[in-house]
Amino acid sequence: MTGKALVKLLDENGLRTDGRKLNEIRPIKIQVGLLKNADGSAYIELGRNKIIVAVYGPREAHPRHVVIPDRAIVRCRYHMAPFSVEERKSPGFSRREIELSKVIREALEPAIFIEEFPRTAIDIFIEVLEADGGTRTASITAASVALADAGIPLRDLVAAVAVGKIEGELAIDLNGLEDQYGEGDMPVAMMPSLGQITLLQADGRFSGEEFEKGLKMAIEAIKKIYKIQKEALKRKYIEISKEVLEGE
Amino acid sequence: MYSILELSTEVESMTVYVKSKQVVIPGEPLAYGRYEYQGPIYVVRQKLYSKVIGIVEIEDKKKITLIPLKGKYMPKEGDVVIGKIVDIGITGWTVDINSPYKAMLPVSEVLSRPTDAAKLDLSKLLDIGDLIVAKILAFEYTRDPLLTIKESKLGKITKGTLVEITPVKIPRVIGKKGSMINLIKNTLNVEVVIGKNGRILVVGDDPLKEAWAVMAIKKIEKEAHVPGLTNRIKKFLNEVKRGR
Amino acid sequence: MNSKSELVIPKIKKETILSLLRKNERIDNRGLEDYRKIQITTGLIGKANGSSIVKLGDTTVITGVKIQVDRPFPDTPDRGIQIVNAELIPLASPIFEPGPPGEDDVELSRVVDRGLRSAEIIKLDELVLIPGEKVWAVFIDIYALDYGGNIIDASALASVSAILTAKYNKAVVENSEIVITDEQVPLPIGNIPIFVTIAKIGDKLIVDPSYEEELVMDARITFVIDENENITGIQKGHPGVFTYGELIEAKNIAIKVSRKLRETLPLSKPET
Repeated sequence: MTGKALVKLLDENGLRTDGRKLNEIRPIKIQVGLLKNADGSAYIELGRNKIIVAVYGPREAHPRHVVIPDRAIVRCRYHMAPFSVEERKSPGFSRREIELSKVIREALEPAIFIEEFPRTAIDIFIEVLEADGGTRTASITAASVALADAGIPLRDLVAAVAVGKIEGELAIDLNGLEDQYGEGDMPVAMMPSLGQITLLQADGRFSGEEFEKGLKMAIEAIKKIYKIQKEALKRKYIEISKEVLEGE
Repeated sequence: MYSILELSTEVESMTVYVKSKQVVIPGEPLAYGRYEYQGPIYVVRQKLYSKVIGIVEIEDKKKITLIPLKGKYMPKEGDVVIGKIVDIGITGWTVDINSPYKAMLPVSEVLSRPTDAAKLDLSKLLDIGDLIVAKILAFEYTRDPLLTIKESKLGKITKGTLVEITPVKIPRVIGKKGSMINLIKNTLNVEVVIGKNGRILVVGDDPLKEAWAVMAIKKIEKEAHVPGLTNRIKKFLNEVKRGR
Repeated sequence: MNSKSELVIPKIKKETILSLLRKNERIDNRGLEDYRKIQITTGLIGKANGSSIVKLGDTTVITGVKIQVDRPFPDTPDRGIQIVNAELIPLASPIFEPGPPGEDDVELSRVVDRGLRSAEIIKLDELVLIPGEKVWAVFIDIYALDYGGNIIDASALASVSAILTAKYNKAVVENSEIVITDEQVPLPIGNIPIFVTIAKIGDKLIVDPSYEEELVMDARITFVIDENENITGIQKGHPGVFTYGELIEAKNIAIKVSRKLRETLPLSKPET
């Protein structure tokens, strides 16, 4: 976050650099079960973000000594491809990716019935193919669909979005430019059916009031994203039904 | 456990939110009230939620059944499974049973007479890559599942074609009182051994018949959630027999 | 994930903590919004520009600040540099393993860095010597010495107090050359943030969790509050959940508690 108003983020009509209103999320496309090897998989496009997630498990863990006797361990690997950002990123794991792997795991784990699979591992692999602001929340949204696709029992899907501040105004789903030049960024993840928040971070500056209002905005957007996740999961089976019944 | 707050404020005593044969997703509320239920469902303050993607069925407005569309095989005592030998130890074999848990087959559960395991070359009995039909003798979560092949109809597999489907669809392949699997067996004249772990062995006198049986099974897996499956399978089997 | 025996809390201990909390009491007799005893000692490390050792209950953290001339980052040619590095070294606890920084070290580094940076405790734009060429770089290195819970707040306090008491030799630019003078100056200070970490156990929110409370907690959240009572950082940690209402309550508690800490702790801007 550079924090300087070098770039005009809102025009005279209060529209953002990509033409959106303050409370509009970017277009989302989710594809389910596109990978053959993974137990569950999902691909998401959120604006210009392109992220693929594969889930393996529950499965035997390697090394064996990391398992826990009464539940599954959840491991998460968030990684950005070197070509995903403007200036090529080195292929190794940066500190940012290490932190995001942790917070994403902590955002998804509460949804999983880990006690049903003692001594096993559930592995979540996230690869960001193209990044444009909000990769961690898009990753969580896609990963939870991949977990469902794998048949792993969940309390609920987890949907996520970031709310931020641009030119003093609260805005939902910041793109890359807004993230870099805005005054604050607050990613939120939630299990919508249960009203339970599993991820909350912030940087920049928010007043107590802005925090409350922003959180409410995020929750509203999350409910919209949840609908899209549901639809994507059901679509696969509805399409097969259509195919079969039309062929008769 | 996590503290849970309900977003909805429904006060009705018994309501169902879904229709029979509907595809539901994790976290989807199914019903509210004192219902009998079966399948991957959890209850919070009398509200029933689905844990997985599945098909929900409602019986007599009293019982809610959820059939998952995908899931791993969790070993259960008494289950017949088809396993693959993946390692040979000193006192037995490690067997892959298509589950998050690897199984153990001790020598004592292979040979009927007491033997000195140290004097045996176990690979001569069962080698890496061999397939077996086995039964799960015991499974507690703290230890790996234990197998036996000592009973009748169990043992090493020497011929046939193996097909693997998602374990949760096995009941659909069997059908009500075996109706579906018998349809395949009788129409194609093949023998079928069904492993609860998603592995099915088809043995016929003609590899073509085995292949057709495999296609039928895969078709059941894919279309399990679409009504009218039995008729479609009947039609498919008759078509392949006649030659399309 | 560590499956060391030290991480297993005896069931009866867990039950004691929970039953006391139901009566709004804690095992060490504190109130739900009370911090443990805080001791701050600055200036111990002569070779560092600034240093501070903080004892927060049983947690001890040392932070050293080193200030040196460096090239600015290419995308911020007119700003100084702030780099925070934290390590949970094995000497602090049997639960820390030797080796390269793990996810907990990285999270701690980045949470402290963001909280300090968003509040702008160090006015980085006043640390430029030759734009695009030479700026002051402030390295903030945090080492855990004894782990007794709530490493985040202890690390933040140590970092803040080390920054506030740091001194370095003023430099001037003469004929495009940097000349280091003998004059010792403090860092240019903006807004001083206070980090407040709150743990959720059952449905209770408690401030400054001790080690045992951390073993039992469902989730934790850290709020960074600046002098104007604005929020300049949030980090939820641990695989648990919060409801919207709990988050608002936690935010209010954090602001209230930060006010109290500002009154009692020696955190004042250096005289220039």
